[in-house]
Amino acid sequence: MLLHGKRLLHGKKLLITGVLTNSSIAFHVAKLAQEEGAEVVLTSFGRAMKITKTIAKRLPSTPPVIELDVTNKEHVESLAERLGEHVDHIDGVLHSIGFAPQGAFNFLEGSWEDVATAVHTSAYSLKALSVAALPLMSPGGSVVGLTFDAQYAWPLYDWMGVAKAAFESTSRYCARDLGPKGVRVNLVAAGPIRTTAAKSIPGFLEFERIWSDRSPLNWDVDDPTPAAKACVALFSDWFPATTGEIIHVDGGFHAMGQ
Amino acid sequence: MAQSEKEILDGLAEIVNEETGLDTASVELDKSFTDDLDIDSLSMMTIVVNAEEKFGVRIPDDEVKNLKTVRDAVSFIAGAQS
Ligand SMILES: NC(=O)c1ccc[n+]([C@@H]2O[C@H](COP(=O)([O-])OP(=O)(O)OC[C@H]3O[C@@H](n4cnc5c(N)ncnc54)[C@H](O)[C@@H]3O)[C@@H](O)[C@H]2O)c1
Repeated sequence: MLLHGKRLLHGKKLLITGVLTNSSIAFHVAKLAQEEGAEVVLTSFGRAMKITKTIAKRLPSTPPVIELDVTNKEHVESLAERLGEHVDHIDGVLHSIGFAPQGAFNFLEGSWEDVATAVHTSAYSLKALSVAALPLMSPGGSVVGLTFDAQYAWPLYDWMGVAKAAFESTSRYCARDLGPKGVRVNLVAAGPIRTTAAKSIPGFLEFERIWSDRSPLNWDVDDPTPAAKACVALFSDWFPATTGEIIHVDGGFHAMGQ
Repeated sequence: MAQSEKEILDGLAEIVNEETGLDTASVELDKSFTDDLDIDSLSMMTIVVNAEEKFGVRIPDDEVKNLKTVRDAVSFIAGAQS
């Protein structure tokens, strides 16, 4: 897309977490970002590294993949140094990480161990990732994360919903503390999209049904592009005074009473 | 380019061997990925993406759960190539 003859992310460098398969929201962000002129570096971890490296070859240009388990202290502390081997600075970071053990998807039975894992991986990780990337972040930089609207108690989502509420709050505190350094922190609240993470939620079909009933715009659970476009927009220079915000990309679902 | 089922089986066996260390000879048509070859969901995902690269096909996520045996995978890939 050309805006005044220049692509939206011309010359920008982005760190993108969360590419697991080509259904991952992060894959579509990476693809669009490259098409809009950005240079990207991906992260993955453990046994998923191999999958991410293969999937990375399906992007317009193959990006490097560095290891980051966001709950691993050594990985987090050495991130800037390892990232610095590929780029001299970055202009943005995508947090596209969510995980909860199966036990966390039962609200009344979920153990603290399961809940703690969900909160560590899905909420605290935003702070961990933002701070870890900060040494390379340029002024005007942008941190973007993905949430599933945590204002409500949803069917099935249970402690993952609580973790997302913590995640949304974490983003506001990150916005507070990184704002003075010129860094914006915003979230995209996406409607349900069929990805690996989504399909691991027992009964994901229920979400598809309620979305098709309520959202005024047509919502396609197989299309991650609308959410990815919002992420790209937030990485661009077109939201220079927006931080601590949650942009809904949900077909308008959140605004409807019925 | 369509390959014979034998070629597909051999290629798949190499991918399985690379991911799991299992002997290529143990990857037989009637073996179940989970029950006989003890392949978990993350390894299965790795095998699927590598098979997509090797055979030039797309295996949709929803299809993966139907690929219970090696034969299921070989037939799906053969069908997708033709
Ligand atoms: N799919 C949806 O319906 C939906 C809706 C709204 C928000 N989201 C959010 O979007 C984000 C991306 O999820 P997705 O739907 O693309 O699924 P996905 O399964 O493709 O991505 C989840 C990613 O999290 C990564 N991850 C898990 N644990 C990690 C750890 N310890 N360290 C580093 N990375 C880790 C995985 O490797 C994977 O790449 C998540 O935050 C999810 O909650 C998804």
